[in-house]
Amino acid sequence: MSSPTIQVFQGPQDHTLPVVVPVRPVTLHINGQDRTLDIAPWTTLLDALREYLDLTGTKKGCDRGQCGACTVLVDGKRINSCLSLAMMCEGSSIQTIEGLGTEEHLHPLQQAFMDHDAFQCGYCTPGQICSAQGLINEGHAKTEDEVRELMSGNLCRCGAYTNILTAVMEVMNANASKA
Amino acid sequence: MNSFTLTKATTVEAAVNDNAAHYGSAYLGGGTNLIDLMKGNIERPTHLIGLNKLPLHQIENLPDGGLRLGALATNADTAYHPEVQARYPLLSQGILAGASAQLRNMATDAGNLLQRTRCYYFYDTATPCNKREPGSGCSAIAGFNRIHAILGQSESCIATHPSDMAVPLAALEAVVQVSGPDGTRSIKFADFHRLPGDTPELDNNLQRGELITSIDLPKKGFEKHYTYLKLRDRTSYAFALVSVAAALELDGDTIVEGRLALGGVAHKPWRDQDAEALLKGQPATVDTFRRVAAKVVQGAKGYSSNTFKIELAKRAIVRALKQATEMNYPTDTNAFLNSNP
Repeated sequence: MSSPTIQVFQGPQDHTLPVVVPVRPVTLHINGQDRTLDIAPWTTLLDALREYLDLTGTKKGCDRGQCGACTVLVDGKRINSCLSLAMMCEGSSIQTIEGLGTEEHLHPLQQAFMDHDAFQCGYCTPGQICSAQGLINEGHAKTEDEVRELMSGNLCRCGAYTNILTAVMEVMNANASKA
Repeated sequence: MNSFTLTKATTVEAAVNDNAAHYGSAYLGGGTNLIDLMKGNIERPTHLIGLNKLPLHQIENLPDGGLRLGALATNADTAYHPEVQARYPLLSQGILAGASAQLRNMATDAGNLLQRTRCYYFYDTATPCNKREPGSGCSAIAGFNRIHAILGQSESCIATHPSDMAVPLAALEAVVQVSGPDGTRSIKFADFHRLPGDTPELDNNLQRGELITSIDLPKKGFEKHYTYLKLRDRTSYAFALVSVAAALELDGDTIVEGRLALGGVAHKPWRDQDAEALLKGQPATVDTFRRVAAKVVQGAKGYSSNTFKIELAKRAIVRALKQATEMNYPTDTNAFLNSNP
């Protein structure tokens, strides 16, 4: 997507002259590929993914770090992409739901969510799955209660929590028995 | 969000200089609170200084037997760090009682101390708030104040400090190391955050442009008898109504030294050394703990929706000290992280 290289924005709060904020090219490493885009400093990682790169699997729920729908993995760790500035993610490896599996080769968590009916509307699901992958990477949860606690940053408006828990436990236990 | 420029500092000196060169600038750590406040138009910096390239991510032992938490160490990396878990389990427990896994992966230790109140009116720019717009008035005193302060408040402000991590840090007597335009200095934890008085817009005693470089823990970690008890409206991912960090050193059944700090009740982590003195040399019994609890809430004041916190704080103190003595946490299925009242 092309953007102008210079944009003029309203001046800051002290009513000084309008400031010219250069939109500069930023290279982000997303799902194994380098992607270069022209963005302003205030573009969040979430908006960069959705509005500039057409990676709309990552969802915007509250946009304030409360719901977890925007969860992606940065260097293997789950974060809220709505509270991250894209420019601060240069040099990091970003993984979104599009990078976890494909329609032909579903990620085990995607398959488990389908097998266990772990959603109704599906809006929170990409965030739930990325969060669950982060949980597995972190390795701090062993029991159902620990999974509940460490998945509490992902809200599900439909209330599919019991089936989400079953799906996550299944993949976690399958990984544990393989290890 | 208003427009702003962004630079990335690679040294502490460069960050401090960049801050001094731009009026209206702010340091950007994990961003979990700052970006949220900017989206709400509550914070309006015109220049951000990104800090994540600074070499302040380490957690390392200090020569005096303490532990240094780099300002940019994440809350998650701190809570799960082997030295923290072994020597300062109270701190680990406190951190893990707060926020969500995603936020703890992003949020830095220094940023945790600098997060701002979650007072509804502070966030609602359509209402008066002395913290957000000095002199405009306090909407909480006669408004909805379930989450507000019962201790140390003023006629200007009854906001609380929202951090969990800061409560054990207060009990453990951490020291905050800062670097600024006039050099470096150390701030005792008790002197770091402020009471609102008539300047509630100031949350802490950092001078303009000062940057936290580390949080230092003294050697004594109270790793044998401790509890972080957090009471809230749901079992996870909610701010404390009342929380208690309790740490004891016992000789048999006698208390050699006790520390106590409360969250959710004041504009800063609330530590009452006169109350702690009532623990020293006393038997570790519920009677002792009740005397201490009564001392802590002496002078507490409610504002109708939050008056329940006075009794809640008393009971939480007794329970936390009892748990710290016995190191016997609830084991029912809902008691993970000791968070269920």
